[in-house]
Amino acid sequence: MDIYLLEAVINGLLLGGVLALLALGLNLIFGVIDVVWIAYADLVMCGMYAVYWLHVAGWPLWAASLAAIAGVAVLGVLVHVLIIAPVLRAPPINQLLATGGLLFFLQSFTTLLFGTDFRNIGVRLPIIEMGDIFISFARLLAFGFALVGAVALYVFLKRTYLGVAIRAISQDREIMGLMGVDQRRIYLVTSLIGGALAGLGGCLLVLQYDVHPFLGNTFGPLIFMICVLGGLGNMIGGFVASFIISQIISIGGYYYSTEWAYVLAFTLFIVLMFIRPRGILAR
Amino acid sequence: MNPPRAINPLHVAGIAALACLIALPFVTPAYFLHIVIQILLWGFIYTAWSIMGRFGFVSLGHGAFMGVGAYVPALLWNYEGVTPWLGIPAGVALSVLLAVVIGYPCFRFRVIGHYFALVTLALSEVVLRTITAARDITGGSLGMTQKLAGHSWYALQFPDKRYFYGIALVVWLGGLLVWRWVDRGIEREALEAISEDEEAAASLGIDVMREKLRVTVVSAALTSVGGSLFGQYLAYLNPETVSGIAVSLQIVFAAIAGGMYALLGPTVGAFLTIALNEGLRVWFGTNFIGAANTIYGILLILFIIFMPRGIMGVIENLRMPRRAPAPAPAE
Repeated sequence: MDIYLLEAVINGLLLGGVLALLALGLNLIFGVIDVVWIAYADLVMCGMYAVYWLHVAGWPLWAASLAAIAGVAVLGVLVHVLIIAPVLRAPPINQLLATGGLLFFLQSFTTLLFGTDFRNIGVRLPIIEMGDIFISFARLLAFGFALVGAVALYVFLKRTYLGVAIRAISQDREIMGLMGVDQRRIYLVTSLIGGALAGLGGCLLVLQYDVHPFLGNTFGPLIFMICVLGGLGNMIGGFVASFIISQIISIGGYYYSTEWAYVLAFTLFIVLMFIRPRGILAR
Repeated sequence: MNPPRAINPLHVAGIAALACLIALPFVTPAYFLHIVIQILLWGFIYTAWSIMGRFGFVSLGHGAFMGVGAYVPALLWNYEGVTPWLGIPAGVALSVLLAVVIGYPCFRFRVIGHYFALVTLALSEVVLRTITAARDITGGSLGMTQKLAGHSWYALQFPDKRYFYGIALVVWLGGLLVWRWVDRGIEREALEAISEDEEAAASLGIDVMREKLRVTVVSAALTSVGGSLFGQYLAYLNPETVSGIAVSLQIVFAAIAGGMYALLGPTVGAFLTIALNEGLRVWFGTNFIGAANTIYGILLILFIIFMPRGIMGVIENLRMPRRAPAPAPAE
């Protein structure tokens, strides 16, 4: 097997981990609150800027990362309270558009604060050499943390009272109120977790990519596509879909160019939407 | 649905406004004219979007039609020397093809609401990425410029802005006519029935597929023309400014902010967004490039929350308080 192809496959796998984490966060919000946060990738971008800014200001990386995760988690709650809660009873498309307004706001507000320059955090992590294959440690680290985050979420949803309540409400919104579950509180917790996952994603991505205000335009459509492919609200489906998409982009990028790989991925998405509208794992 | 006709003061006002618009290029400086041209062209594109958007088909894919409309004539002109008079129809044809290729399966498989928005968003990403990827001929993300031909009807290039003003005015009026034609036609009733309940509409004998495809095609074709004229006017194309998620969202927002259920709503949206942008740019200077869009973003959120029918919707409600407000963009 071609050594560079193998490298592309491995890089695709590593990228897939981070995409899976983000898809998980978006999926959680969709499954529980039934709202598409179209600005989700822009929350990730905010997390990246937070890490960048704190690190440049002299904080150690771990502290900056923790602060960024907490900050974006709070941002997630604010998004719910200020933007989603007032339109919760409106048609679903209005909710999507309200978070679209947030997208404009976050992109231009970060432009105002940081300008449009590409910023690099300047942390140089080693490159691991395995035989003839070079793997970036930053990507490996990101993959590891993404998996840890995904597993932690899984355990939380399965093993804790709150987690069970969250899963229950995503199955039947109406009945849970009668069962004594406080819907409002569940929504707030879900938004908090969704925000924290976006923050974690930001911490992992800032090690690999330069950050700029319009980064969300690149990542955002990709994450929605993954969620929809997996079936909105279906977390395992989203997990599988993120690895399919990341492989298409990585291998396609190896054979042609990344841009053509994106064209392929989005076209495949459109086609799959018609063949399997409820997601690739739908029965 | 036609109201009884007498001498309608609105018509008098309309004719007076039109006279002012025709006189405008002879009395205003070039900068002001540039802004009015932008308002007219964007107003035209927003009107085109609202032709389908008002029936609940919220497309985030209109950036695709705009991108195709802008790039096809420019590429044909630069590489083959084909006049935009043929290039623009070619762009329209390709846009209509795309609209049918995406629209037909969407309507066939009942892809609606969120899903329709996301599928069309993917379409606009496909067009954006294709333009960027084909950088050998399109210049990729660096953009491209048309070969200049000076003042030429054949090349549809005019250094004098007044010519483009005339073209933009005519096209914009054409867009309004099409909007009105859809609004007055029997199709409107059918489409409203469809947007409320597809199954019920179908059981009444409405050909759901045909009606949906028809507005989609009209909307895509007009948007494509708008994209072409924009490209011709600016004489510079960049994939990010004519396609992709940002442009698609911008189209949706301006149409909603202005009010997509009223004839002049999308144009009001164009006026508002461009005036705001220019005003803030002048006010803040270029040091605060993000300021205009920051305020814009906040306003959009407020619009969606507090007045989903837009400015014209509110004005209409004030004028006709008895008419019950229909729910804004239904699924």
